[in-house]
Amino acid sequence: MSLGLEHYLVLSAALFSIGLYGALTKRSAVVILMSIELMLNATNIALVAFSRYIVPVLLTGQVFTIFSIVVAAAEATVGLAIIMAIYRSRETIDTTKIDLMKW
Amino acid sequence: METVIPNELVWLIFLLPLLSFAVISLILRPFFSNKPRLSGYISISAIFGSFILSIWALTSILSAPSHELAIPDFNWLVIDSAITIHLGLIMDSLTAVMLIVVTLVSLMIQMYSQGYMQGDPSYHRYYAYMSLFTASMLGLVMVDNLLIMFVFWELVGLCSYLLIGFWFHRPAAANAAKKAFIVTRIGDFGFLAAILLLLSKTGTLDIAQLHSLAIAGTLAGTVLTLAAIGIFLGAVGKSAQFPLHVWLPDAMEGPTPVSALIHAATMVAAGVFLVARMFPLFEHSEVALLTVAIIGGLTAIFAATMGLVMTDIKRVLAYSTISQLGYMMLGLGVGGIAIGIFHLFNHAFFKALLFLGAGSVSHATGTFDMRQMGGLRKVMPWTYATFLIASLSIAGIWPLAGFWSKDEILLSSINNQPILFYLAMVTVFMTAFYMFRVVFLTFGGQYRGDNSGSHSARPHESPSVMIMPMVVLAVLAVGSGWLNVTGGFSQFLGGGETRGFFEGLFHGFTHTLPGLPIPLAWISLILAGLGILLAYAIYSARWLSAERITRLFAPLHMLFSRKYWFDELYEHIIARIVLLKGLFAGLKFFDSRGIDGAVNGIARTTVATGRVIRKAQTGQLQLYGMFIILGVVAIILAMYLSG
Amino acid sequence: MDFNYLTIIIFLPLAGAAIIALVPGLSSRLIRYVAAIFTLVPLAISLGLFAAFDRSAGAEVFQFQEKVSWIPAINANYHLGVDGLSLPLVVLMALLGFLAVLISWKINLRVREYFAWLLLLETSILGVFVSLDLLLFFIFWEIEIIPMYFLISIWGAGRKEYSAMKYVLYTLFGGALILAGILGLYFTTDPHSLSMVDIAQTDLAPLVTSIPLAAIFFLLLAGFAVKLPIIPLHTWLPDAHTDAPTAVSVILAGTLIKMGGYAIIRICVTIFPQATQDYAPLLLTLAAVNVVYGAAVTLKQTDIKRLIAYSSISHMGFVLLGIFALSKVSLVGAGLQMFSHGIITGLLFAVAGIVMHNTKERNIAKLGGLARQMPAIAVIFTIAGLGAMGVPSTSGFTAEVTIFLGAFSSNVVSGVPIFTIICLLGILLAAAYILWLLQRVFFGPALAKFNHVIDADRLEKIYCAIFIALIFLVGLYPMILTDVIKTGIAPIAALFGG
Repeated sequence: MSLGLEHYLVLSAALFSIGLYGALTKRSAVVILMSIELMLNATNIALVAFSRYIVPVLLTGQVFTIFSIVVAAAEATVGLAIIMAIYRSRETIDTTKIDLMKW
Repeated sequence: METVIPNELVWLIFLLPLLSFAVISLILRPFFSNKPRLSGYISISAIFGSFILSIWALTSILSAPSHELAIPDFNWLVIDSAITIHLGLIMDSLTAVMLIVVTLVSLMIQMYSQGYMQGDPSYHRYYAYMSLFTASMLGLVMVDNLLIMFVFWELVGLCSYLLIGFWFHRPAAANAAKKAFIVTRIGDFGFLAAILLLLSKTGTLDIAQLHSLAIAGTLAGTVLTLAAIGIFLGAVGKSAQFPLHVWLPDAMEGPTPVSALIHAATMVAAGVFLVARMFPLFEHSEVALLTVAIIGGLTAIFAATMGLVMTDIKRVLAYSTISQLGYMMLGLGVGGIAIGIFHLFNHAFFKALLFLGAGSVSHATGTFDMRQMGGLRKVMPWTYATFLIASLSIAGIWPLAGFWSKDEILLSSINNQPILFYLAMVTVFMTAFYMFRVVFLTFGGQYRGDNSGSHSARPHESPSVMIMPMVVLAVLAVGSGWLNVTGGFSQFLGGGETRGFFEGLFHGFTHTLPGLPIPLAWISLILAGLGILLAYAIYSARWLSAERITRLFAPLHMLFSRKYWFDELYEHIIARIVLLKGLFAGLKFFDSRGIDGAVNGIARTTVATGRVIRKAQTGQLQLYGMFIILGVVAIILAMYLSG
Repeated sequence: MDFNYLTIIIFLPLAGAAIIALVPGLSSRLIRYVAAIFTLVPLAISLGLFAAFDRSAGAEVFQFQEKVSWIPAINANYHLGVDGLSLPLVVLMALLGFLAVLISWKINLRVREYFAWLLLLETSILGVFVSLDLLLFFIFWEIEIIPMYFLISIWGAGRKEYSAMKYVLYTLFGGALILAGILGLYFTTDPHSLSMVDIAQTDLAPLVTSIPLAAIFFLLLAGFAVKLPIIPLHTWLPDAHTDAPTAVSVILAGTLIKMGGYAIIRICVTIFPQATQDYAPLLLTLAAVNVVYGAAVTLKQTDIKRLIAYSSISHMGFVLLGIFALSKVSLVGAGLQMFSHGIITGLLFAVAGIVMHNTKERNIAKLGGLARQMPAIAVIFTIAGLGAMGVPSTSGFTAEVTIFLGAFSSNVVSGVPIFTIICLLGILLAAAYILWLLQRVFFGPALAKFNHVIDADRLEKIYCAIFIALIFLVGLYPMILTDVIKTGIAPIAALFGG
C-alpha cells in the first residue's frame, strides 16, 4: 500500500479539526494562538499534497506553503506581542476576561 | 420767491432732516458727546431749512396750474416688467399744507425741546430721533407711491416707538413703546394687505394712477371697497381710532415735546392724511366712506368720555387728541378732503400748544398729576395765557381756529349723517368741559403740590426758549382758522366756496339750515359755553361738588376711568390668556412634546431595540467562530443533500 | 473661461484648513490670521465675480463655468458655475466665512482644530452653491456634516453632544432621501445624466421611470426640507442653534439653511415644474404653517439663541411662500429673503453671542436693563431686530414685501392671496417677539449684577458694522441684488409662464 493523496488530506483534515477545536474552546490566548498555527500547518500539508499529486512539476503549492509559513511566523510574532501587552496591562490572558469592548 | 422751486430743493425738504440725523448719530454723538447743544442746533437748522423750502414749495404750488408740480422719480425696485416701484414725489396742495404743518410744528417743538430736554444725558439721541422722525414724516406726505408711503409710514411708527421708549430704563415707557408699535402694526397689516390687493388688481401702486383708475371706474366694486377699508385700517391704527386707540394714552410716557409733535400734531394725523391722500378711492365706495364717518364719529365721543375723568393732564390731552382725530375722520367721511384736512391743520397748532403747555407745567411742578397742581395762573402767566387760548380754540369758541373747522364738520354731518351729527354735538360739550376742567384744575385755585419737593422749591415760569415757541403757536391757534374764512383754504384743497373776508367771518351765524331754529354756529357755541360753565361750576366756583357728582355717576365714572376695560381685554384676556398662555403655549407644548417628542421617541425606540438585540453579541470570538463553523457545516450539508 | 475663479473660491478655505491642520508649530494668533486670510481672499474674489457678473438680458444664465470630466463611467463631471440665484449666496457665504473667523477670534479651546473645521465648513457650503453636477453637489452637501458635528459637539454649550448628534442624524436622513432622489433622476434620464443643467432642459414626462416623477420630487423635497427647515422636520434647528458656538450659529442661520431653499429652487422647482405646480398648494400650506407656527412658538422661548432660532423657522416660511407662489417677483423675493435673512439673523446671532459671552447669561428672564451697560450692543441688537421684524429701510422689509407683492399677484397657483394674507400675520408676530426680546434684555432699570459687563470691543463693532451696512444697503437699494437674482430666476419663472 502506497501513500495516496487521500492519506495526506485525512491527516490535514484531522490536524485542522484539532486546531479548530482548540481555537474555539480554549481560554488561554497562547493556546488559541498555537491552535491557529496548527490549522495553518494543516493547510500547508494539504497544499503540498495537492501540489505533489496533481501538478508535480510546477511546485505551486510548495511556494504557497513557504509564503504561508512566513506569514504564520509574522502572525505568531504579532499575536504573541499583543498577548504580552494584554498580559502586562490586565495580568491575564484568559480571553473570556478580555472584554473591554463588550457592550 | 417768484420762481418755481427747483426739483432738487424739493428733495432737500426731507433730505435735510435726514442729513441732520446722519450727522448727529454718526459724527456728533461719537465724537462730540460733550457738546450736546450742537446736535440741537444742527437739527433745528435743518428743520428751519425745510420750513423755508416748504414755504417756497407752497408758493410755487399756489401759482402752478392745477396746483401741482411734477417731480421726476427714480427706480427703487424694478423686476423686468413684473413689478415697478418708483421713488417719486407728489407735490400738490395736500402735500403743501402738510409740509407747512409738519415743518412749522416740528420747528417750534424742537426749539422748545432745547429748554425741556436741557441736561438730559441722551440729548444727542433725542435730537437724532427727532430729525429722523421729521424726515420720515415729510417723506410720508411727499411720496407718490403707496409702497414707498408705507415705508415712511412704518418709519414714523419706528420713530414713535423709539421716542416713546426714550427713557427706556422706565418699564412703563418700554411697555408703552412696545404696545404702540404692535397695536399700530395691527393696522398696518390692513394697509399692507390693501397694497397687495391694489397691486395685484391694477398692477400699479402709483397714487395718481390709482386715483384715475378709481375715478374712471376701472377700480370698483368689492376690490375697491376692500382696498379702501384696508387702507383705513392702517389709518385707524396710526390715528388711534376705535378699536385700536389703546396705544395713544400710554404713549404719553415719552418726553412731552414728543407727545406734542408725534402724538398730537403730526404722526397720529398721518392716518387722516392717508385717507385724504387716497380719497378718490373712498369717494367711490359708499361703504368705505360710511365706515370712515362712523368710526370717526364714534371715536370722537368715545374718547371724549374717557377724557372727562382722567387726572393726568397728558392723558386728558391724549384722549382729546383721539377725539379730535375722530372729528377729522368724521369730517373726511361726511365732507371731503378739505374739511378733514382743515381741522387737521388747525388741530396741529392748538394741540401742540396744549402739550407744550402741559410740558411747561410739568417742568415747573415735576408732575403731570393735576391733583398736585393748581394756582399756576399767577406764577406762570405766559403758560396760562397760551394754554387758555389753545383751550378756547379746541373748545370751538368764535373766532379762534378750532371754531372754523369744527363748524364745517358739524355742518357737513348734519346734511349727511344726522345721527353722527348729534354725537358730534355732545362731543362739543364734552370737549369744552374737559378742557376747562384741565384749565381750572391746573391754573385756578391754590397750589396743591408739595412745596418741599426736590424738583424745585416753588413752581416757576419756564425759560423763554420754551415760551417763545408757545407764543408763536398761540398766534396760530387764534389765526389759522381765518385762512378759510374766505374759503380759500378749501378751494386750494379742491372744494368749498369763496366768500369775502368779513362776510365769511360771520358766515356761520347767518347760515341757517332747514329744520334748525337758529344758526348751527350758535348751537355749538352755546353747547361749548355750557361745557365751560359746568367746568367752572365744579372746579373753580365749586357750586357743585366733584365728589358728589362722581358718586352720583359711579358706574359711568368707573367705566370711563377704567377706559371701558379695553386694556384689560386686549392685554390680559386676548394677549396674555388667549394667545400667550393658551394658543402659543399649546403650540410650544406640541412642538417640544409632540414633534420633538416623536423625534426623540424614534431615537429612544432605536436605542431600546439595540439594547435588547445586542445581547446576542457576546463579544466572545470563540462563540462567533463556533457559529461560523456551524454555518459552514450547515451550508455544506445543504449543498450535499440537494445534490 | 481662462481662470478657474470658482474652484479657487471654494478650495482656498480648504487649503487654509490644510495649512492650519498640518503645518506644525503655528501659534494661535498665527492660525487666526491664516484663517482670516484664507477667507478674505475668497470673499474678495466673490465680490469681483459679483461685479463682473453679466446682468444684461441676453447674457448666459450660468456664468464662470468650469467643466472637467470626473468619472466618465457614470457621466459625472466636475461642473461648476453660478447664476443669479447662487451668486448672492456665494457672496454671502464668503462674507460670513470671513466674519465667522472674526467672530471666533476669542476662541481659545483647541484653536487649530476649530479653525480647520470652520474653513472646511465654508468649502463644503460654497461647493453646494456652485456645483452644477448632482453627484458633486451631493458630496459637498454631505461633507458639511463632518465639521458641523465637531464644531457643535466640541465647542458648543449646553446639551452639545445631543444637539450635534441630532443634527447629524437629521441631515443624514435628509441626505439619504436626496441620494435616492438623485439616483431616481439619474436612471430616468437617457443617456444617464447627472448634470443639473441638462436635466432641467429635458422634458422628463415622456421618459420611462422606475418610480413616478412625483415620488422623486418628494424624495428630493423632503431631503431639502430638513435643511430649510420645513415643519415638522425642524426640531434639529433650535437645538443645533442653541448649543452651537456663535460663529457656527451665524453660518448655520446665514447660509447652511439656505442650502435647502436654494436646492428646492435649483432642483425641485426647475427640474419638476409639473409636480411643483401640482403640489404648490400643499407647500404653500406648509409655508403658512412655518410662518405662523414658527412665530407663535418663538414667542414662548426663554433662551435668547433659541428664540432667534425659532424666528428663523418663521422667516424661512416666507422663503417657501416666495418659492411656491411661483411668480417671478415672488421667486426673486425668495432669493432676496435668503440673502437678507442671512445677514440679519447672522447679526442677531453674533450680538446674542456677545451678550451671552459678556454677561454669562442666556436666559431672557434673567437679563435686563443692558442698554445702560452695553449701549453699543443695544443699538446693534435693535437694528438687527428691526431687520428681523421687517421695518422698512432694512433688507428684511424689502425682501418680505417683494415676496408678498409677488405672491399675492401670482396667477400660477390659485388661492395664493389667502396664504399670503396668513403669512402677513408673521410680521405682526415678529414685531411682538422682537420687541419683547429687546425690552426684556436691554430696557428697564439697569441691574447691579451686570455692572461689570463690558460693551462690544473694537473688533466686534467692526464686524457688526459690516452686517449693518449690508442690511441698509440691500434695504435702501434692493436692485443691487434683484438685478442679479432676476437673471437666475427668469428662466425658472418662464417655466410657469412668468
